[in-house]
Amino acid sequence: MNDSHQDVFDNIKGTVGDVTVDNPKMRLSNVDVFYGEKQAIFDVSLDIANNEVIAMIGPSGCGKSTFLRCLNRMNDTIPTCKVTGEMSLDGEDLYGPNLDTVLLRARVGMVFQKPNPFAKSIYDNVAYGPRIHGLASNRAELDEIVVGSLQKAGLYDEVKDRLDAPGTSLSGGQQQRLCIARTIAVSPEVILMDEPCSALDPIATAKIEELIDELRQNYAIAIVTHSMQQAARVSQRTAYFHLGKLVEVGSTNHIFTNPSHELTENYITGRFG
Amino acid sequence: MSTTSLLLLALCLAFVSFIFGRQKAYAVARAHGGTRALHSLPGHYGLMVGLWCALPALAIIIGWKIFEGPIVSSLLDSSIPQAIHDKGDKAVELYKNEINNLAASGKISEESDAAKVGAANRLNSVRSYSAIALMIFSLAVAVIGAALAYRKIKTDTQARPIVEGIVRFFLVASASIAILTTVGILFSVLFESARFFQQVSIVEFVTGTKWSPQTAIRADQAGSSGSFGAIPLFLGTLLISLIAMLVAVPFGLMSAIYLAEYASPRTRAIVKPLLEILAGIPTVVYGFFAALTVAPLIRKLGESIGLSVSSESALAAGMVMGIMIIPFVSSLSDDVITAVPQAMRDGSSGLGATKSETVRKVVFPAALPGIVGGVLLAASRAIGETMIVVMAAGLAANLTINPLEAVTTVTVQIVTLLTGDQEFDSAKTLAAFALGLMLFITTLILNVIALHVVRKYREQYD
Ligand SMILES: Nc1ncnc2c1ncn2[C@@H]1O[C@H](COP(=O)(O)OP(=O)(O)OP(=O)(O)O)[C@@H](O)[C@H]1O
Ligand SMILES: [Mg+2]
Repeated sequence: MNDSHQDVFDNIKGTVGDVTVDNPKMRLSNVDVFYGEKQAIFDVSLDIANNEVIAMIGPSGCGKSTFLRCLNRMNDTIPTCKVTGEMSLDGEDLYGPNLDTVLLRARVGMVFQKPNPFAKSIYDNVAYGPRIHGLASNRAELDEIVVGSLQKAGLYDEVKDRLDAPGTSLSGGQQQRLCIARTIAVSPEVILMDEPCSALDPIATAKIEELIDELRQNYAIAIVTHSMQQAARVSQRTAYFHLGKLVEVGSTNHIFTNPSHELTENYITGRFG
Repeated sequence: MSTTSLLLLALCLAFVSFIFGRQKAYAVARAHGGTRALHSLPGHYGLMVGLWCALPALAIIIGWKIFEGPIVSSLLDSSIPQAIHDKGDKAVELYKNEINNLAASGKISEESDAAKVGAANRLNSVRSYSAIALMIFSLAVAVIGAALAYRKIKTDTQARPIVEGIVRFFLVASASIAILTTVGILFSVLFESARFFQQVSIVEFVTGTKWSPQTAIRADQAGSSGSFGAIPLFLGTLLISLIAMLVAVPFGLMSAIYLAEYASPRTRAIVKPLLEILAGIPTVVYGFFAALTVAPLIRKLGESIGLSVSSESALAAGMVMGIMIIPFVSSLSDDVITAVPQAMRDGSSGLGATKSETVRKVVFPAALPGIVGGVLLAASRAIGETMIVVMAAGLAANLTINPLEAVTTVTVQIVTLLTGDQEFDSAKTLAAFALGLMLFITTLILNVIALHVVRKYREQYD
């Protein structure tokens, strides 16, 4: 961090806007994340509401992915990573005895920043989650889940003739949609999406945004995106991160038309980031 | 001057020309406003001059050395007395050897026969003239080559393609040597096998179930004509390799999974080299371990539960061989398992899979083709292994699949067929080549499959 960075960093004092909501699905308070000695998230508190899409925006490297990964304890898989703070899902402590990672991640699904299909067929990729959680009692049910998920992710028409082709043989954008289908196949209650449309064309993007809107009726969704337009289109609330701190939270409308913090304004008007 | 010092001198010259060539390239570049004006880098020009200096000179030295021997020898012929020539080729050889020894030892004493001394002296002087001529000639060529190349250095001289072309030629030549050797081995085995199959029908060899290669050693000797059914040998090989794989694959795989997925980096750093030491133990050591420790143990165990176990058994050899090839399986599998992208594991645990589910259902299938490749390579190693079998499984070509009996393998039989005194063209000796050929084909097929599988695996994550 050079001097001007340090100044900016020191000048972010707390979060502007209300981090809490009335109907929280998940509640995080005073979260710090360290990678070894290096701190990546500084004292962030944020609620994820039911039936809501919250967009997380901010310059590259500001800790969006890291924060998102706290929500389903994916940071636990990185040996050097240490997370502190209070986190809960439906009032239950994420690190409590009743909510081990297996159960947690079945309820809080995640679409990763880089598409990561398994070295299996397209069908088996999507069927993987339902199989390990025993969601289908027979093949017909499983077929239904797989086809339904692929349709929702807008991929079915492109792959319906080759469901047994390897998932790795798909194009980058198709792989991204495959990973989305794979996540929604387990019907999680919260879906975390890390730049789910970064490799998609406008048509596929529109389909995913439609899907997000539809999923919102039943689920809570947190989405990381670098596209201001996308954040404005799909989300109800927006959180702006900078240098590991949560600078501002508010209704998307408010953030994009009348941000309170100078950094937020600079970012959304494209002055940096 | 000896050839070695001549070579060294040529190399020094080449190095000096390299320096001069580069110097001139820099000078030319400076005159034209910087190295960008040159077609190639200054180093390329230096290399070009150096190569032009070294290569022709080297070619001359090598060619000279090849032709010097025969020419000198034919010169020597003329100084051999007719009387010796009349005694036949062997006498001529002997005479030449004496002259050579005389010339080399330098002890030209009075007792020696005057003709011989004269010949030896002439030989020495021819040799020293030859050496001087070679030195002058090759060094002249080196200097001329370097000078020609040096003069050619201009801004548009295409030094880079020339240098790259020469480098490429040497790389291709090195690769060809390995390939040519393989082809040579293959052909020698093929020809000898063909001779074997003139004496023993190929059908008998491939389908016969009795192996006793004791033919008469000399034509006038009475004795059985021998039978050459290779099936017991291949069955023995198969049996022992199978036992070895039954030991090596589960243990190797599980240690690989442990090392790649569960072990802490520190444990891994200690355990992996330890495992790989297993591969470094000489097979003879494994052999006596099998014969002196494992085989008696198996026999005692077997007898205590009422089984008859022969003192040499396929089981003992197979088990020890299995231990020997564990590192082949574990090390290769460990590599492919660690090569499975972390993102794939994250994807699985992100869906709520446990660690073992992730390993079994995502990582293992992704690594499977590579693992299969490793296992097949280990299998061809097991099939080719000889020493352990000789020491622990015996020499008896029993047609059996009972692991408690003594069996023998193809490689062991090849060794026993070729050791000892016998006529080289007897069926017994030639049988070794036929066995070698069949073994070669078997392992070749295994290796081709393994390589194919491994290649397919590589394509997957690109
Ligand atoms: N596995 C890791 N080990 C060490 N440091 C990490 C690791 N992952 C992320 N970081 C660091 O943590 C900080 C936040 O990274 P993060 O991936 O959360 O950023 P991001 O906001 O998602 O960026 P982007 O928009 O580029 O995806 C960065 O400085 C990064 O270098
Ligand atoms: Mg990110």
